[in-house]
Amino acid sequence: MLKRLRENKASQGTLLITPTLIFMIGLLIIPLLLTLVISFGQRAPDGTVIYGFSLDNYIRISGIRTECENGAAICFDPIYADILTRSLTLAFNTTVLAILLAYPLAYFIARAPAKRRNTFLFLILVPMWTNFVIRVYAWMMLLRTQGVINSVLGWLAGLVGIPFTPFEMLYTPGAVLVGMVYEFLPFMILPLYTSLEKIDLPLYEAAADLGANQIRTFLRVTLPLSMPGVVAGTILVFVPVMGTFIVSDLLGGRQIVLVGNLIQNQFLIARDPTFGSAASLVLMAMTLIVTYLYTRKFGFGEEIVAA
Amino acid sequence: MSEIAVELQDVVKRFPTPEGGEVFAVNHVTMQIKNGEFFSMLGSSGCGKTTSLRMIAGFEWPTSGEVFIDGVAQGHAPPFKRPVNTVFQSYALFHHMTVFQNVAFGLEMDGAGKDEIKKRVGHALEMVQLTGMDRRYPRQLSGGQQQRVALARAIVKTPDVLLLDEPLGALDLKLRKEMQLELKALQQKLGITFVYVTHDQEEALTMSDRIAVMSQGKMLQMGPPVEIYERPNCKFVADFIGTSNFLEGVVKSLEEGTATVFVSALSAEIRGIVSGNLSVGETVAVSVRPEKIRLAEKAMMNQNCFEGTIDLVTYIGSDTHLHIKVNDLTLKVWEQNKISSLDPAAYYTVGQKIWLTLFPENTLVMANE
Repeated sequence: MLKRLRENKASQGTLLITPTLIFMIGLLIIPLLLTLVISFGQRAPDGTVIYGFSLDNYIRISGIRTECENGAAICFDPIYADILTRSLTLAFNTTVLAILLAYPLAYFIARAPAKRRNTFLFLILVPMWTNFVIRVYAWMMLLRTQGVINSVLGWLAGLVGIPFTPFEMLYTPGAVLVGMVYEFLPFMILPLYTSLEKIDLPLYEAAADLGANQIRTFLRVTLPLSMPGVVAGTILVFVPVMGTFIVSDLLGGRQIVLVGNLIQNQFLIARDPTFGSAASLVLMAMTLIVTYLYTRKFGFGEEIVAA
Repeated sequence: MSEIAVELQDVVKRFPTPEGGEVFAVNHVTMQIKNGEFFSMLGSSGCGKTTSLRMIAGFEWPTSGEVFIDGVAQGHAPPFKRPVNTVFQSYALFHHMTVFQNVAFGLEMDGAGKDEIKKRVGHALEMVQLTGMDRRYPRQLSGGQQQRVALARAIVKTPDVLLLDEPLGALDLKLRKEMQLELKALQQKLGITFVYVTHDQEEALTMSDRIAVMSQGKMLQMGPPVEIYERPNCKFVADFIGTSNFLEGVVKSLEEGTATVFVSALSAEIRGIVSGNLSVGETVAVSVRPEKIRLAEKAMMNQNCFEGTIDLVTYIGSDTHLHIKVNDLTLKVWEQNKISSLDPAAYYTVGQKIWLTLFPENTLVMANE
């Protein structure tokens, strides 16, 4: 038996992937199929599911209504479309901001002496030792009307004698954006660092030797060669931001509802798992479509090099 | 264009060491490289040859001294403002670009038009025999082909000076030999100055018009290959270039460029050509190359002849390498196999007594350092 296994490459492969495969089937594939089934069902008055095949939940998300206030036969309610648009916009903005912040930092670390690089990478991971939710709470402390930032600003204004009204920062779209960028920045820095670190120093020298100044070297050599990192970082940031509800819940209050919040509310507050399931699948579909279009344009990981 | 393409004037380059000290990578080097010549900087690793090249390219700036290109002091001019191009040891090809894009890169930076770029890239690829490869990516090429792309990319801009940093180091021996001849031919065809850095003495001798031998940041000798090989000015050069026998002795007398040296290990005097400044009574090294020692059944002269015993015979095809013991010294002697015979008696045998003649005109006397 063991001897056969030693000679058979195919069964070796099967053996290696089996643990993960069982895990993924049990905790991803089956729940996903359940979600799909539930999304076609209807909510029972007691919050359970009446199984069946109805597209009601999907029609509800699309915003198309047949019961309209002005008496028309069909009308459009933009409430869910707004939530989806808001989520997409926020994920997009977060990703762009993360790239702008992470790129110079990743470049700096990649070009630092080899001995220091590990220290810098370690420092980037230090915040991860604290729980995600606790870090968001920390931002609440900073951003509150009576929070750290306003206190310091007020104290400074007091010193120079300027009247100061505290800024309303918490529970604004800006607060959610800042929180999201903060939470997901390491996921942009690390892949960017990996791809920048791979660029050999002589490549920069070769570009300079051939007549390229620093800007053109960046645009023609550094940026294209770091695209695998940009793509990987974008996926690692964009996808989770689309689904996260903690940040918007705590820093955005009730005003800023994202898809994640919508789904959470359906399951925990409205007790409508059918609509929650439908919303989950719509979110997944949207994320997949955006990721697909993005990777088709910019390649996926290393493949950009071959493109 | 001036007659001197590149000049290093008393150039010093110091680097900080991790221990907090400083190391002289290049220590007061002065050299003039003539226009259109194939000039090699030769030395073992850490001798300062690559640092010197990088200072010409502009990747490093001298700590003191000045680099001139075409008579213009370069100061802290960045690489992209210097009329030189470099072929890197690691090739440093842009992996995300095709062969064509790699070679076109420098022309694009100069703002050349599309048609001109196409024409010149095509021409450069033809020069390095890569026609038809322009759509490939570097990783789809062999090491030798990548090397040619690096070469084409550097010559396409027709620089005044082409800098080559051990460009053949990564190639296997056969390919390297081919490329040596090809590079030399290319240099003659283009007529531009080549500054070539290598640690391979044979490579330097094969290709160069002139060679600068460097060691520990200093330039020891500069001259044509024949001069470097036949008249090394110090023991280091004689030892580094080719193989040599060194006999330690004391100068007895000096006359018209020749010296008579008493070698105590042989209990005899040897006469040879003086290399450098020597004085009577000085301890010197007598250097004679293995292929220049004549073997015979009996003494050929009443001077510079010694009887020895063959200690080791190594047949290597074209030559026979012998170790011959004379008193306490073992001398290396190379004899060309001018006969074709299967009879063992036709060759030298271990234990055989034989006379060695070190002709004074083939023997050099130099400072023992």
